[in-house]
Amino acid sequence: MTNEPLLKVTGLRTHFSSEHGTVKAVDGVDFQIERGGILGVVGESGSGKSVTGLSILRLLGSRNATIAGGQILFHGEDLLTKSDREMREIRGKQISMVFQNAMTALDPFFRVGDQLVEVIRLHQRVGKREAKLKALEAMELVRIPEASRRLSSYPHQLSGGQRQRVMIALALSCGPDLLIADEPTTALDATVQKQIIDLLAEVNRELGTAILMITHDFGVVARLCRTVAVMYQGKIVESGDVATVLEKPEDPYTQKLLGSVLRLRSEVRRVSA
Amino acid sequence: MTSATLTKPATTAWRRRSQFRLATRALARDKVAVGALVVLILVVLVAVFAPLISPYDPLVGDPTMRLLPPGTPGHLLGLDGQGRDILSRLIWGGRYSLSVAIVPVLCAGVVALVLGMIAGYSGGRWGELVMRVLDVVFAFPIVLFAIAIAAVLGPGLVNSMLAIGITLVPYMARVVYTATVQESGKDYVEAARAAGLTEVEILGKQLLPNVLSPLVVYATTLAGLVIVLAAGLSFLGVGITPPVPDWGVMTSDGRQVLLEGYAHVATIPGLMIFIVAIAFNLLGDGIRDALDPHKQTGSRN
Amino acid sequence: MIGFLVRRLLTTVLVLIGVSILVFLIMQLVPGDPVRTMLGQAATAERVTEVRHQLGLDRPLIVQYLDWALGVPRGDLGQSLTLSQPVSSILFPKLGNTMILAGGSLLICLVIGVPLGMVAARRQYTVVDRGSMFVALGGASVPVYWAGLVIINIFALKLGWFPTSGMHDTRNPGGFEDVLVHLVLPSIAAAVVPTAVVARMARGSMVEALHADHVQMLRASGVPERLVIWKHTLRNILPPVVNIVGLQAGYLLGGVIFVEVVFNWPGLGGQLYTSITAGDMPMIQAGVLFIALVFVVVNLVTDIAVALLDPRTRKEA
Repeated sequence: MTNEPLLKVTGLRTHFSSEHGTVKAVDGVDFQIERGGILGVVGESGSGKSVTGLSILRLLGSRNATIAGGQILFHGEDLLTKSDREMREIRGKQISMVFQNAMTALDPFFRVGDQLVEVIRLHQRVGKREAKLKALEAMELVRIPEASRRLSSYPHQLSGGQRQRVMIALALSCGPDLLIADEPTTALDATVQKQIIDLLAEVNRELGTAILMITHDFGVVARLCRTVAVMYQGKIVESGDVATVLEKPEDPYTQKLLGSVLRLRSEVRRVSA
Repeated sequence: MTSATLTKPATTAWRRRSQFRLATRALARDKVAVGALVVLILVVLVAVFAPLISPYDPLVGDPTMRLLPPGTPGHLLGLDGQGRDILSRLIWGGRYSLSVAIVPVLCAGVVALVLGMIAGYSGGRWGELVMRVLDVVFAFPIVLFAIAIAAVLGPGLVNSMLAIGITLVPYMARVVYTATVQESGKDYVEAARAAGLTEVEILGKQLLPNVLSPLVVYATTLAGLVIVLAAGLSFLGVGITPPVPDWGVMTSDGRQVLLEGYAHVATIPGLMIFIVAIAFNLLGDGIRDALDPHKQTGSRN
Repeated sequence: MIGFLVRRLLTTVLVLIGVSILVFLIMQLVPGDPVRTMLGQAATAERVTEVRHQLGLDRPLIVQYLDWALGVPRGDLGQSLTLSQPVSSILFPKLGNTMILAGGSLLICLVIGVPLGMVAARRQYTVVDRGSMFVALGGASVPVYWAGLVIINIFALKLGWFPTSGMHDTRNPGGFEDVLVHLVLPSIAAAVVPTAVVARMARGSMVEALHADHVQMLRASGVPERLVIWKHTLRNILPPVVNIVGLQAGYLLGGVIFVEVVFNWPGLGGQLYTSITAGDMPMIQAGVLFIALVFVVVNLVTDIAVALLDPRTRKEA
């Protein structure tokens, strides 16, 4: 039983209907993540990587998006067959997601601590005081300085990097098995990017949380991930071990992507070391 | 760089012409707005051709027929308290009710355009100061301001137009000012200046068309409010006075007899005001949507 | 926060002074000679000069203005020409009545307008949305005096559910219930336009709030939809909604004259109307000033409320 992957996606197809016809954003995608594993899904804009992440949690917003087929097995159960209520219990509790928009991802009208407590009390049967303690724990986990003071801050009083940490704290507050990170560092400064990536690596080490890292940046993949899948126009063109794919890419698209990335050699050396 | 900037004014003009065409086409697609425009044109035409269309003299009444309801043979909309045909009065009334609304909007628009553009273009302290002074007017509810001026000037068509026009200038000037300030900061103005155009040419050919759009949208919607306000002034007795068949006057006339049970005298002219106001508002919405570049492509999202 | 308050108060004082100057100047626009109009054509030139001197109308304008303006904070707004009473003693009681009417209308506006806008936003682009927004556009175009007459005709005359006019029953003026019954129709008539405006505006804000980034984060955390709507987005739209409701209070103060005239409601607007018809200049001047002052204060309160409601106005590191 422990050999079963935590998340196994087979034949996932997600379509958008528009006035120009049906757009096949995700067109038959297979991948899996082990318990505590870190998979990077790499691609350029429009490759379908973000839609893949949203499809797993079924966060697409029903108006013109439909999951047209496939299977998403989480702990052996198909997420695509679950009811709305069951999905709500999974979101934030067993599978969490963080997004790119750190600056705007938190409700500006509520204090940071209150937002954490809200999610904690939603998924766990705890009183207010205990929830506050857990919130503080989550803040300290993501290494926010002066965590207890920051709990009563409003989002606009925090920097971009701090807000991203809070988002991660929110995502981890109920101890999920899987964290989906959709371009969490793209909107941040270079130094802050590095800190966040290192934080994610530490979370994976200490808590065993599996990570699905969606990014366009091979550098992030090299630094953080163990396995990688390269997406192009809704399909996975290459996947495997990070070291292998980076060293000897087989698919021409992967080769093209890698070719345009600088400073990769040193990262590859670091990963395979 | 220099050759690009020398051609800039010409390309702006071309872009503007095609923008106008795009906007017109977008507007034509908007069925509701077109409907509203048709209604307005109809009302205007009826008012213009009143002498030919009106079945009776609006000022002459037959006391024996007073207060007869709509549907009375020969009198589609009934008669008022003095035995005058309501339909005829409605048709003739359009001349007054429409002009007392449209004329002030047009005149105030011109004044506001000049004032607002000068204040906005000269920019800085001067413009800010003028706007601050105008802020005092915004401290009044607009209706109250118009009533106060109308009450002071006295009744009559011209005084009404004057009162409303004076009230409208600050509001329209503010819209022009904001638009001018915004546009003045954009690149094409710099380019035009570098290309050697005079200030007047810049104001007239570059800024004016771009400032005109928000003003036209605002003015059209404002017209809806003005027609209600103008009739309201007459209703209160500070605007146009009886026996002129202005729709506001007619509504006021009908007020007494409404309590006696003859509602049609007041409700019909009031309904007319309502219809014209809705038409202006719908048209204003339509123009605003047509000028919005996102909507012009016709896409929903 | 404090800095904002201080600046806002200072601006308000300046605006109030400006308003008083403007009202004074408007009154000077009266064509003809007010004294002569008052005394009639038969009055002799000496009598006219005498009365003008008595009323202080021969002093320089600035002196007249200051004399009048400085009396305002003291509560002295001059003497009514037609009623031989101090203006303030007439206006203050009426202010309360207008507040009651405005309050009733604002209540309707909030209770109907905001939820309507929220529901329309939730069902964006559906029949419910398009339909209610069309109705709202109609509502925003309604001539309030006509609406009042139609409402009287249907609900008071034809159905007989409510009285046709007044604030109290003339025969046995009762207490709270009596006023309430008389309040229903006028506040509905006055509320039509503000409710429509608030509904349209609430819909717009709600649509924006529903597409905000943090809403996606909330859903991704498993927050149920009803909490997303009623706890988060409602709180998000509170500042713009309060802002527009405050603006409607201003509209009500301006338009209240129509409702009070049609329904014979004994408020400021009705009094202003009577004064205008009678040509009582001091009353008109004071009435207009009074309503404008209330409007300025309402705007100030609204601005402060909006600032308090939005945490982003607070700095604190």
